[in-house]
Amino acid sequence: MPNIDLAKTPVRELNAALHRLTPTTNETLWTVTNPGGEHSIAVGVDADVTINIHGNAGYFCGGMNKNATIVVEGSAGQGVGENMMSGLIHVKGDASQSAGATGRGGRLIVEGNASARCGISMKGIDIVVKGDIGHLSAFMGQNGRLVVFGEAGEALGDSLYEARLYVRGPVASLGADCVEKEMREEHKAELIELLKSCGEAFKIDVSEFKRYGSARKLYNFNIDNAGAY
Amino acid sequence: MCGIAGLFIKQRSLEPRLGELLTKMTSTLCGRGPDSAGFAIYGAGGQRKTKLTIAGPSASYDIGAAAERLKREAAPKATVSVRYSHAVITLNDEELPKVEAWLEANLPEVNIVSAGRRLEIFKEVGYPDDVAKNFGIAEMSGTHGITHTRMATESAVTTDGAHPFSTGTDQCLVHNGSLSNHASLRRMLQRDGIKIKTENDSEVAAGYLTRQMRDGQSLGEALKSGLNDLDGFFTFVVGTESGFGVIRDPIACKPAVMAETGDYVAFASEYKSLTGLPGIASAKVWEPKPATPYFWERN
Repeated sequence: MPNIDLAKTPVRELNAALHRLTPTTNETLWTVTNPGGEHSIAVGVDADVTINIHGNAGYFCGGMNKNATIVVEGSAGQGVGENMMSGLIHVKGDASQSAGATGRGGRLIVEGNASARCGISMKGIDIVVKGDIGHLSAFMGQNGRLVVFGEAGEALGDSLYEARLYVRGPVASLGADCVEKEMREEHKAELIELLKSCGEAFKIDVSEFKRYGSARKLYNFNIDNAGAY
Repeated sequence: MCGIAGLFIKQRSLEPRLGELLTKMTSTLCGRGPDSAGFAIYGAGGQRKTKLTIAGPSASYDIGAAAERLKREAAPKATVSVRYSHAVITLNDEELPKVEAWLEANLPEVNIVSAGRRLEIFKEVGYPDDVAKNFGIAEMSGTHGITHTRMATESAVTTDGAHPFSTGTDQCLVHNGSLSNHASLRRMLQRDGIKIKTENDSEVAAGYLTRQMRDGQSLGEALKSGLNDLDGFFTFVVGTESGFGVIRDPIACKPAVMAETGDYVAFASEYKSLTGLPGIASAKVWEPKPATPYFWERN
């Protein structure tokens, strides 16, 4: 059970140690203390281990994560879980801009609020934000699901592809080509599964959520433009 | 890039630590702006006294000799205090126009960095930690202060081009971002009687707020007007004699995080800068919303 104190050890050393882990490692529980808002904590981990970060993390925490479970017992700066492939990142406080940006898989849970551009260009990640999200969230989202318990800022889902958005509170405005869609049984079932995965199933009535998706009217959805590529 | 930080003290017993805390906050922002740094400090002020902070074209200029000559020839009753490459001249208010005219005529290479009842600005080219040390910022006390570490984009790396900028009495501004309409706005403001000395885009933003407040707007209203009139990316932190304000552009392109306790309000480009503040673990920490003015006034 390694315990790394970032007041004494540089982030680079922590990350190098995490990158050396093999799939059969016995060191499966890591504790990181005094993160002090340092950037790039636990970036690029590719092992089925748990990393508990006791405090606030800076930019890009858990970026490119594969397999690991990363828990931030505090808030996370810009780009938490950016481009993550799999595994779980759980932020107990708030997340700054671009949380889960370009994420391809895995799950990002934010107990507090996430700010602007949450899930920008998401490509398969599931993001659950228990508070509010800021403007331009899920911009050009291609795949994956974004669930928001609170409110969404302006231009939600601008230029959206196939990411599915579920928001319980008011949405300040929808971005270009993003529309509200019917919440069918299959979507309620999908939402219940997502809530289960973050410990909230059956605490919230899924019919309180609205579903948003792409109207598929922009240039790239028009078959007449296919020849341009 | 660029890094900015600000601290507005609510609990008077913390005032002697203003410089020390600002120095620590700025130190974590060296990587965001390694080419110059600056500090605006609102310290003590006297009735009917004006503090004039002056600097030469670069750190090698003998500002002490210039300040002594100014005292001798234009303001014999003034007091002079030299800090590294800057000098603070404390004058009676009525002497200010004469001293400004004397400087322009006799020492045109000397720049008035700030003028005000309580504001002093110290800014220089160099690594921010060194700049803070050279000016002895850590020993300074005050009610509020703002700082900047610069990675230049729109104008040259010179003393004049470093932030904070002051274009009005006891007013200053730091900027993270870049403005695209600064040339036309500069001409407009200059026609309107606002003094703008450099080619820097951020000084134009400072001049804009000065004009808005001169024409009757409050700090909060001036910040709000800026959203319509300033084109570009910006997170601004501004100071006045009694206030401290923050605004971000509608896209919120540049980072910002704030913390508040019963003792202070703090602003920084990154959370890392706030970690040295007392009681930060239990502070309210949040990101200022885009296109929303935030400001605090001292009672």
